[in-house]
Amino acid sequence: MSHRNFIWICLLPLVVVTAAFFLLPMAQLLAVGAGGSRGMSAYLAIITEPRYRATLINTVVLAAATTIATLVIATIAGLFLQRHRFPGRAVLIAMLTFPLAFPGVVVGFLIILLAGRQGLIGAITAAVTGEKVVFAYSIFGLFLGYLYFSIPRVILTVMAAVQKLDIGLEEAARSLGASPWAVQRDVVLPALGPAFVASGAIAFATAMGAFGTAFTLATNIDVLPMLIYTEFTLAANFAISAALSIGLGVIAWAILALARSMSGGAVAAAG
Amino acid sequence: MRDRLIFAGQLGFTLLVAAFLVVPVVLSISAGVTVNYFRGIQSGVTLQWVVQVWNLYAGEIGLSFLIAFATLAVTLVVGVPAAYGLHVKGGRLSRVIEEIITLPLAIPGLAIALALLLTYGGFGGFRQSWLFILTGHVVFTMPFMVRSVMAVFASVDIKTLDEGAASLGASPWTRFCNVIVPNAMPGILAGSLMVVTLSLGEFNLTWMLHTPLTKTLPVGLADSYASMRLEVASAYTLIFFIMIVPLLVAMQMFAEKGEKK
Repeated sequence: MSHRNFIWICLLPLVVVTAAFFLLPMAQLLAVGAGGSRGMSAYLAIITEPRYRATLINTVVLAAATTIATLVIATIAGLFLQRHRFPGRAVLIAMLTFPLAFPGVVVGFLIILLAGRQGLIGAITAAVTGEKVVFAYSIFGLFLGYLYFSIPRVILTVMAAVQKLDIGLEEAARSLGASPWAVQRDVVLPALGPAFVASGAIAFATAMGAFGTAFTLATNIDVLPMLIYTEFTLAANFAISAALSIGLGVIAWAILALARSMSGGAVAAAG
Repeated sequence: MRDRLIFAGQLGFTLLVAAFLVVPVVLSISAGVTVNYFRGIQSGVTLQWVVQVWNLYAGEIGLSFLIAFATLAVTLVVGVPAAYGLHVKGGRLSRVIEEIITLPLAIPGLAIALALLLTYGGFGGFRQSWLFILTGHVVFTMPFMVRSVMAVFASVDIKTLDEGAASLGASPWTRFCNVIVPNAMPGILAGSLMVVTLSLGEFNLTWMLHTPLTKTLPVGLADSYASMRLEVASAYTLIFFIMIVPLLVAMQMFAEKGEKK
């Protein structure tokens, strides 16, 4: 057997599996999306239909808020952890990164324990002010859930990027009389730009498409994945749910592709 | 003095973030072993909820491991040779293939699950079996295996080793088994850990693809969150943590070892 043929035999199973269980289903999804009573205009419904548009805006605003909050929090913590050595640092890093692979459903439950009807925040506020604060099942609960699973990922990226920074540049800026704040603003933060773009895009795309957390917190949170789910299972509206999920997929993919072309690294969402 | 204040402020902030991540986990673990969570830990410590979860959901947990290892087997058999092929072949076609198999990382699991349902939902026997969930997990985890193995190939100059063995008369198959796979081992192990961890925790796809007879561990979790008392849900979460945390720790150790190299 020639080397060339052997390479093809190596690739063949992957091509077959990908074609059968990814490309073909995706093509079918596209076809179903266009095959409903609306025809091709189903793909525009995500923008033209007021109800869907409101959900889309909701989802984008929530994902953007998650991204910004995560970047701010992770940058402060990541810079601190990478620049200082102190006892307990390794434990602290472990605590901040271990929720990395928690599924969305579990994160949803953790938010319920924190801010749900029997939650810790409710118990504390009830004891202090006499009024029980419960927000797990609202959009703010979902926001906290998305923060929960974005923070570990972004902290890791920021820490890796800080490690690669040239400390000489900061020392030079300082020796030229720049204040600590000016050094951060003009030297450190710009150098971390690519890391912000890459990890921010992941946080955004993940928050757009995450389903497990919203599903657990459920009730009346109006985000795109929940809308697709209810259209498909409860309304059996296959064409619209297919078109909406194509729209969601395109948005998530475009954000990641854009970030990749801007930062030059590999960028992928996870969920 | 000012530096100390800044240090204290940053440390306080970081501790607060760590508390946000850790406190709910501690709550969940303690609720899982408390007799009555509403009355608090003074009501007593018990393993009854853990036992109850085991009795109720052992099937789900077993199926999750079956699917995780089947996913691992498929991604190994399909993904490792493909990573080698993509690396050696290079060129535009390889990049296109790599790009396509990476798409499931960007497209939400919900969309992939809908696509699978709309395409294969009509094949009753396939739809009803756990193999249907397996296909979803394979599509979702394949890029992690392929990219993890390709990352190793990029760093060990596999082409020279391969050509050296070829010039000594080794057949492609012998070379693959005796030269390529041993050299790719770190990537294969890292990829395997990733695949098993992701498969065990996968919910977005699985929730759409499961049937009442093919429920996995995370599907059971969602089920218990919706319909069981808080202690049972917590005990189930505790069991999940016990299964997933060793995998996460192993993955982190691997990543650190890789960085040091």
